[in-house]
Amino acid sequence: MLSFMAPVLLGLLVFLVYPLVASVYFSFTTFDLVNTPRWVGLRNWQHLLQDPNVRTATANTLWLVAVLVPARMLGALATGMLLARFKRGAGIYRTLFYLPALAPPVAATLAFVFLFKPGTGPVNTLLADIGIQGPLWFNSPEWAKPSLVLLGLWGIGDLMIIFLAALLDVPKEQYEAASLDGANAAHQFRYVTLPNIAPVLLFAAVTGVIQTLQYFTQAAVAASVASGQATTGGGISSTFGYPEGSTFTYPLWLYVVGFRYGALGYANALAVVLFVVAAAVTVVMLRRFRSFL
Amino acid sequence: MPSFRRKISISSVIVALALSACTPGQAEKPVASPGAEASGTVEFWHFFTDREATAIDTIVADFKAAHPKIDVVVKSGQDDTKMLQAIGAGQGPDVGLSYSTDSVGKLCASGAWLDLKPYIERDGVDLAKLPPTVRSYTEFKGRRCAMPFLADTYGFYFNKTLLAEAGITAPPKTLTELTDAAKKLTKRKPDGTIERAGFLPLFGFYEHSPSHLAPAVGARFLNDDGTSAIGSDPAWLELLRWQKELVDWYGFDKLEKFRASLGDEWSADNAFHKGQIAMMVDGEYRIAFLRDQAKDVKFGTAPLPVSDAHPDWYGGGYVTGNIVGVSKTAKNPEAAWELIRYLTTDTGTIVKLANLIKNVPSTIDALATPGELGNDPDFKVFLDIFAHPHTSTTPPSAVGPAYEEALATFLQKYQAGPGGDPSAGLKDVDKQIDQLVRLAG
Repeated sequence: MLSFMAPVLLGLLVFLVYPLVASVYFSFTTFDLVNTPRWVGLRNWQHLLQDPNVRTATANTLWLVAVLVPARMLGALATGMLLARFKRGAGIYRTLFYLPALAPPVAATLAFVFLFKPGTGPVNTLLADIGIQGPLWFNSPEWAKPSLVLLGLWGIGDLMIIFLAALLDVPKEQYEAASLDGANAAHQFRYVTLPNIAPVLLFAAVTGVIQTLQYFTQAAVAASVASGQATTGGGISSTFGYPEGSTFTYPLWLYVVGFRYGALGYANALAVVLFVVAAAVTVVMLRRFRSFL
Repeated sequence: MPSFRRKISISSVIVALALSACTPGQAEKPVASPGAEASGTVEFWHFFTDREATAIDTIVADFKAAHPKIDVVVKSGQDDTKMLQAIGAGQGPDVGLSYSTDSVGKLCASGAWLDLKPYIERDGVDLAKLPPTVRSYTEFKGRRCAMPFLADTYGFYFNKTLLAEAGITAPPKTLTELTDAAKKLTKRKPDGTIERAGFLPLFGFYEHSPSHLAPAVGARFLNDDGTSAIGSDPAWLELLRWQKELVDWYGFDKLEKFRASLGDEWSADNAFHKGQIAMMVDGEYRIAFLRDQAKDVKFGTAPLPVSDAHPDWYGGGYVTGNIVGVSKTAKNPEAAWELIRYLTTDTGTIVKLANLIKNVPSTIDALATPGELGNDPDFKVFLDIFAHPHTSTTPPSAVGPAYEEALATFLQKYQAGPGGDPSAGLKDVDKQIDQLVRLAG
């Protein structure tokens, strides 16, 4: 049995266990990718507790976890339920709603920021036509994160298609039985739909939280484009967080510290924290999820 | 049967060996004797693409013609992070070109690039032919791991038509003159929003970074020991006072709204191209963009306006540049050095490259005979800025651009707030920078 599983176990050891152990070890060192790591004890960890950038980045990331994940799940569920009802042209609508998820994150974010560009973008132009002065969206510290949520909602196709499959898989007889028992639409959703799609919801919640804890590309690109410096190369990280640090997420700081500032020991400490938080949240969600249903 | 303690010891040794197996070791190759001719293949990584990459290919072809025993394999579009990771993995190029002097501290301090001093001394390369600022941004703590590969010089751009319409006959030379001109050139809509800004003073807008404006007041970033000098240098207070006053005159919210409506810096919709801003700070490369993308804009170039207290500083600006070095893992360091020597010390090569890429040549000899660039009055301004004694740069640091970005982060918030004395905030910036410097070892 063990020899049968050996290739997989070897893969786990080399590509999961070893990097994890190495990351923990590096978090106690000063490390620049070029020289042998030098042991510095708890120095990186002590700094982590008093680093103002960690506080800002953590607050932004947790905000996104708390808002973006539920928003995407609700949006995808609502869209899935709507599409599940369509009989004619269902394929066309499903394709249309799924399409944005196929756009590469960088291109999608670029397009989205230009759509919402204050002054010249079509969204604010349309709003102005009906007498509403649109906000500054990605250029406003108050609106930048909600704008990222809108971007996330636009690309819910990946979740929507999974929810749709789960919704179409709910046995029709259960709805008929509930209906005969006098259950209205809300009751049917609560007592038939939700329990049936619970495993899919759990999957979406867990992967959503993990992905959002690692939120990087969209935040980096949106800040860069909105700041008016859609560039790559040397100055890229100088636009991270624009405006006023409102889009500065934890993985952005990890990247900057590790690869721009060359403090890879500290970056590993940040990475270990990110891993522990993601693992803890996953365990809690797996244990508690059923009690919410 | 081994005891528990012995098991632990053996396990610890295995783990330590496994961890160290994936971390790089040290090895520097000895320098050849004088007169030995270099030969073989050199792998050259650079970050350029398109037109600029073609220019590099042209120069490399010249090098190969002059050095038939050396073959050069060029890989374009390689960034610093990729190069550093490759060096760490023992797979780095022979010659690496970095886009930023921000990386010098890291590359020198870590030893990712070899100390070139033995090669320089052996071949009698005269470093006095590099301007002092260029010398300063190509070495770190006495270790010369880089040579300058052209330079970017930052000065002042103004729209001649708009200045003439406003009755301004010459570009501003002091910060007060800049404020006055900015106010005169600004046009507002009836509701008070900005239609055209004379000068957009927000830190973080296009090239209006603290680094590029620091030479105006002679502000310093780092002390000689590498710690932050920002909180203790009164020049920063002077710059911030001037900038915040102008921001408040416009109104921060109005400026942000205006900025949000402007095109991207690197597009044809650049606000200066479109006449939406009348004056700005930018690099010499903007000239080529303007001539290509905004042929109707009549623009002029000038040195950076300076502190009212030091009008004699006028003439300078900010300078930075590309740097080139030999990887620690170079398979052929002798031929790599030969290529670097050709690219960075041969006057004809530097002038040809500068004219192809439209950057500032980085040696005193090349600066004195800059070819076509010297006949261009707009570009000549940048050549003069480059050579000016009050032109400055951002100093190399072991933590790269951390000090610039820590300051920029604070200034983003400061300029949006009610103002007041920024001293406490600048001291916090000092603290952050010093802690990062300590973390990097």
